[in-house]
Parts: sequence; C-alpha cells; structure tokens
Amino acid sequence: MFDAIHALTLEDPAGLMPARQQMALSLGWHIILASFGVAFPAIILAAHWRGVHRGDDVALVLAKRWAKVSAVLFAIGAVSGTVLSFEMGLLWPGLMGPYGDVLGLPFAFEGLSFFVEAIFLGLYLYGWGRVPPNRHLLMLVPMALAGVVGSYCVIAVNAWMNMPVGFRLENGEVVDVDPWAVLLNPGAVLQFAHMWVAAYMVVGFSVAGVYAAGMLRGRLDRHHRLGFTIPFVFATVAALVQPFIGHLLGLRIAEAQPAKLAAFELATETESPSPLRLGGLLIDGEVRYSLDIPVLGSIIARNSFTKPVEGLETIALSDRPPVNITHIAFQSMVGIGTLLFVAVLIYWFARWRGRDLMGNRWTLRAAVAAGPLAVVAMEAGWIATEVGRQPWVVYGYLRTPDAAGDNPQIWILLVATAVLYTALTVGAVVVLRSMARRWRAGEEDLPSPYGPESPAAGSTKQPVEQGRVEP
Amino acid sequence: MTLETAVAAALFAGVIAYALFGGADFGSGFFDLTAGGTRRGAELRTLIDHSIGPVWEANHVWLIYVLVMWWTGFPESFASAMSTLILPMLLALLGIVLRGASFAFRKFAPTIGQAQLYGAIFAGSSIITPFFFGTVAGAIASGRVPAEGRGDVWSSWLNPTSLWGGVIAVGSSAFLAGVFLTADAQRTDRGALAASLRHRTLAVGAVTGAVVFAALIPILRDAPTLADGLTGPAAPLIITSGLTGAATLLLIAVRRYRPARVTAVVAVASVVSGWGVGQYPWLLVDEVRIADGAGADATLVGLLVVVGLAGVLVLPPLVYLFRLTQSEDWAHHSGS
Repeated sequence: MFDAIHALTLEDPAGLMPARQQMALSLGWHIILASFGVAFPAIILAAHWRGVHRGDDVALVLAKRWAKVSAVLFAIGAVSGTVLSFEMGLLWPGLMGPYGDVLGLPFAFEGLSFFVEAIFLGLYLYGWGRVPPNRHLLMLVPMALAGVVGSYCVIAVNAWMNMPVGFRLENGEVVDVDPWAVLLNPGAVLQFAHMWVAAYMVVGFSVAGVYAAGMLRGRLDRHHRLGFTIPFVFATVAALVQPFIGHLLGLRIAEAQPAKLAAFELATETESPSPLRLGGLLIDGEVRYSLDIPVLGSIIARNSFTKPVEGLETIALSDRPPVNITHIAFQSMVGIGTLLFVAVLIYWFARWRGRDLMGNRWTLRAAVAAGPLAVVAMEAGWIATEVGRQPWVVYGYLRTPDAAGDNPQIWILLVATAVLYTALTVGAVVVLRSMARRWRAGEEDLPSPYGPESPAAGSTKQPVEQGRVEP
Repeated sequence: MTLETAVAAALFAGVIAYALFGGADFGSGFFDLTAGGTRRGAELRTLIDHSIGPVWEANHVWLIYVLVMWWTGFPESFASAMSTLILPMLLALLGIVLRGASFAFRKFAPTIGQAQLYGAIFAGSSIITPFFFGTVAGAIASGRVPAEGRGDVWSSWLNPTSLWGGVIAVGSSAFLAGVFLTADAQRTDRGALAASLRHRTLAVGAVTGAVVFAALIPILRDAPTLADGLTGPAAPLIITSGLTGAATLLLIAVRRYRPARVTAVVAVASVVSGWGVGQYPWLLVDEVRIADGAGADATLVGLLVVVGLAGVLVLPPLVYLFRLTQSEDWAHHSGS
C-alpha cells in the first residue's frame, strides 16, 4: 500500500499534495466567512429596516449587535481572502503564469466589489449615531450588492475551470484570449446561484441557531424570538430554492463533465436506466454497501426515464477523479440539503396551523443543529465539485500536477497555516462569546478595553432593554 | 502611452495608494507598540482604534487591487516573483492576517489581559508587514527576480537593496502614521497626547529621512540599473521627497499638523514613485520589460475598463469615507 502511494507521488511535483491540502484548508475556512460577507448585510438590513421604519427597538438592538459581530467576522474574512490571493501565485505558478490573463478579469471585478463592500462596511460600522439614521441604513445596500457581484465573479472563475472558454491552445501556448467570455461564461450563472443561496442557508441557519440555543436556555423573550425569526426566514427561502437550483446544475454535468457525474453517482458501468445509488464505496473496483433504487438515477441526473449516467468504464484511468471522496461528499450535500428542505417545510406548516414550535425543545435543538449542518453541506459541495474535477485544474486543458510548483517546503506552510487558523478560530469564538456574555449582562456598546477610564468609552451608552438582562 | 504602460501605471498607482494608506495604518502599529503600559498607553491606543478602525479594510483592498492587476496584466512575472519571493511574501501575509484579526479581536476583547495579547500581536505584525513588502520591492528593483521559474529563495531578498527597502518601508509607514495621529489627537482636543505624539513623530521623521538618504549609497552600489534611474529621470522625485519631508518636520515643529499631512503624503508618495520611475521601463529589473511581460491585449483593455469603473464606483465613496472620518463632527462624536 505504501509503495503504491509512493509510486503514485513520484510522478507528481513535490509541491502538489501539500498545495492541494493548503488550498483546501484555506478555501474551506474562508468560504464560511465569505458566506457571512455575502449574506449577513441583507439580514442585518432587514433587522435595521424594521428598527428604523417600524420603530421596533428590539430589531434595532439586534441590528447593532449583528453589526459588531460582522465587524469581527468581516475582518478575518478580509485577511483569509487575502491569503487566497497570495496562494494563487505561491501554490499554482503553472496555472497563474499561462492562464493569469485568461482568468484574471473576473478577479479584477471582484476586487472592485470588495472595495465597495469594505468602504461601506467602514461607513456602516462607524456610522451609528454619526450619520442620519435613514442614510446610515442605506450603507448596507451597496454592501449587499457588492457581495452579490463579488461572489458572482469568483464563482465565474470556478465555473470557467469546470467549463473553460475564452482562449485556444496553439502548440501549448494560450492564444485568442477573451477575458469577457470568461467573466460572462455560460456556466457561471447557475453555479453562482447555487453558492449565493448556500451562503444564505449557512448564515441564516447559523444566526438563527444562536438564538435557538438561547431559547433552549429559557430565554424566550421577544429579542430571542425576533433574532431567530429574521435570519430563519432568509434561510427558509434559501433552503426551499436550493434543491431546484442544484438539480438544474446537476443536469448539465452529464454533458460538461461526465467523469464528475460518474463519481457523484458512483456509476462504475453505464446502465440504462441508471439506478440512484445511495451510500456505497468503491473498493477494489467493486461497489459495496450501497442501496440502489432503480431508474431514479436517470430521472434525477438526466431528467429522463432511459438516458444513462455514463459509467467510469468509459473514462480513461488517468482522467478519473478520486471516486469515493467525490461520491460521499456529493451525497452528504444532497442529503443535508434535502433534510433542511423538509425541516423548514414542517416548521412553517406547523406555524401556519397555529402551533408555536419555539417552545418545543426538539425543534430548538434541530434549529441549533441546522447551522453546522448547512456549513457541512456547503463544504461537502465544494469538496464534491473540486475533487470531482480532478485530475484537471482547467478541465480538459491543464492537469493539477502541471499547475503546482516543485517546492516540497509547502508542507511546513500547511502545518503553520493549520496552527494559525486554529488559533484564529479560537480567538474569534472567545471574543464573540464574550461579546454575547456582556450583552446579556446589560452592556450595549462594548467600549474599548484599555484603561478603566478610556476617554472614548461609554459616551453613547444605550439604555438597556427590559427583560433581557440575565441574573 | 502603450496599452502595457497604461496598465503598469494603473498597477503602480495602486502600489502608491497601498504604500500611503495601508502604510499609514501599519505605521500606527509602531506607535501602539511604543505607547507604554496599559494605563499610560490607553489614550493613544484608543485614538489609533478610532483613526484606523473605519478605514483599514478599505485601505487593505489596495493590496488586493495590486495583486489582481499584476497577475492578470503581467501573469508570468507574477508567477516567477511569487515563486522566488515566497518567504518574504508569506511573512508579509502572516503579518496581514495577524494584524487584521488581532485588531478586530482587541476592539472587543473582554479583559485587559486579552486586549494586551491582541494589542501586542497587532503592533508587532504591523511592523513586520511593511518590512517584508519593502524587501520584495528591493528584490524586484535590484534585478533578483528572474523572468521565468524560481530565483534564489534567500539571496533574492536578503541583500542590501531589499533590507534597506524594508527599513525604508517601516520608517515611512511610521512617519505617515505619526503625522496623521498627531493631527487626529489635536482635532479631538487631546492636547497632551498631541504634544507627546509631536515629539515622537519628529524623531521618527528625522530618522526615516536620514535612512532614506543614507540607504541611497548602498542601493546605488547594489542595484546599478535602479541607480541609473534614481540619479536620472527619478532624481526630481527624490529631491521632492527630501524637500517635502523636511517641510513636514518643520510644520510639525511649529504645530501646523493639518498642512503637515499633505506634505508627508507627498514625501512618501515621491519616494515610492522614485522607485517606480527609477526602474522604468523594467517590470522585473534587468529581466523583463513592461512591454514584453504583459498578458493578452484584450485582457489589458478589460483591466483599464475596471480601472475606469473604479474611478466612478470606488473613489467617490472612498473620498466620502475619508472626509467623514476626518471631519470635526465625526471626531467629537466618539461612540462605539
């Protein structure tokens, strides 16, 4: 076994394996924070709007606190996004050198939208009490729009890696570059929609889960109910739409990336009609431990009773992705997505029938679990699409080993990054929890911690809302 | 002006903007580090928090702009620079990550102990980041990054031009931060703080000025191509930086902090542009000319469209943000 691994890695550049892990770690970490950057402004806007235009003080307090939370999350999101910018060049010189001018333009537009988001973030965070309330509220609008544009641009590059356009290869040289074709590539819109909606699921369920956890501890006041409901409404819409977007996205994979679809569906052989294979692992070329439902695979993946899922046997051995990781990740995503779809339907149906589920402990526990589940589904989705594209980085044009550098020291970088990101995660959790604790204790403004009488502290202290103070 | 030169100029404008605005934010780390103990440093640290809090993320985006313009406009040189300068790039990146995160964490730290920990990380990382970016500039300017592939990962940035470049970057950042913080302190009626910042800014400015001109000697010897530029077309910029730097010190000495901000910005911008003009027309000195290192024309046009859009979409709100944070109204309303 060890020899086999050794023989396999001998052909690859020394920087390949650690570069892959490094990219997976830093992207997997950043995508959670990026989701907050994309979805949180609109959720805060809903609360803030309610606070200003309906005179709802509870909503206004929520908006203020979420703004402070976003200050912490956006800061680490900004720096972990910068890590990715560096890594494009540090880890993948073979991609950025030849293809930098092909894939770069969407990143330039993403930079623009990040600029807009950062400027209005500064205006919003520090604008409380300094900018007229109606105008202050509107600072969130460009932030939310910039989040949409920025994520579209990044996803456009990823979609291009899956379905490359906008260039030709002539004797190994990249020619006829059309960067606008990359920015507006046909694969981008659906893939963007999938990720954009996923961001709302992640943030909506996570924020709602925080208040569900509070209600589990007996804090059943309006503050917690509203803090749960506003993000949960966003998450609900997202969770209901997502399976349909995912289905549309899946339908085109048969054409665009048959190897990925075969791995998703664990289709070793072409069968007409294809079964839906639940679970299962590919061990020594045989599918084990799976539950096959006849015909359903063709219906779901091809929208047909007869069209088959092309099996792995039609794909050259050197062009096959790692099947098991791709299959398990894909089915985890679909499974969790379906679960959340059904869960929100049940919740709103019960509410429509007049049952208050917020008093039900199992409902609350499920609501707490929904946040982490949505994160797992999103991560699994990224693993499925990225590992499923292997061994290509630009599908059909550039293999991942050819994109990596030959620097074996990347392993050290990987270890250092793992340590650093663990420390940052701990730091963020400690700070956010301490903020929540102080809010419960009645502090509202969380003044800067230096010195007992720092001159800036406490000058605009808000009156503490009734009924929220914990003993 | 050719298409390539226009994109290179737009890219370098981003470098100048990052050196000025990002630099001033990083430079405040020097004053944070030297602010003294918890009690004595509280007022200055609070001022730093208020001064850079609303703007640091926007200023940070200039770096992203530079990276994206570089890899899109001049992809091969980006790949070779990143491969060669992997160590200083990673160390600068480490500084960026630690600075941003610890700054945000410190603001909401529940105890003074945690605030001290994050504060120390914030201040330390604010100093290492400009240093390593300075070494990167020195490596490119002294012709140590090859056109293709990977150069020497150590000697490319451990050389006189790089090390002096790093020191100049740290000094200029601290100088800018000192001028802006002193002006902020005066505007918010913190007289004693302004007086102590005035002293320190004068010292930092004098040392930085001396370093910039002392460094010219080893740099002229170590980087001949850059030396030709610095003593040729870029000479007026170097003289401008000397004059405006001296004027800044004079203005600070006579407590005219508001106009000192302008001269300080001109001084640092001249030093940075001196490097750019000094190495023109090279993209990577002695290795690749701007005209030869560019990507596809269609992409360069696309980048100029983005630059134009940035002028319309980004600059107005950015100016609004700066005007607001520098206004009297904002200064006296010290909230969260």
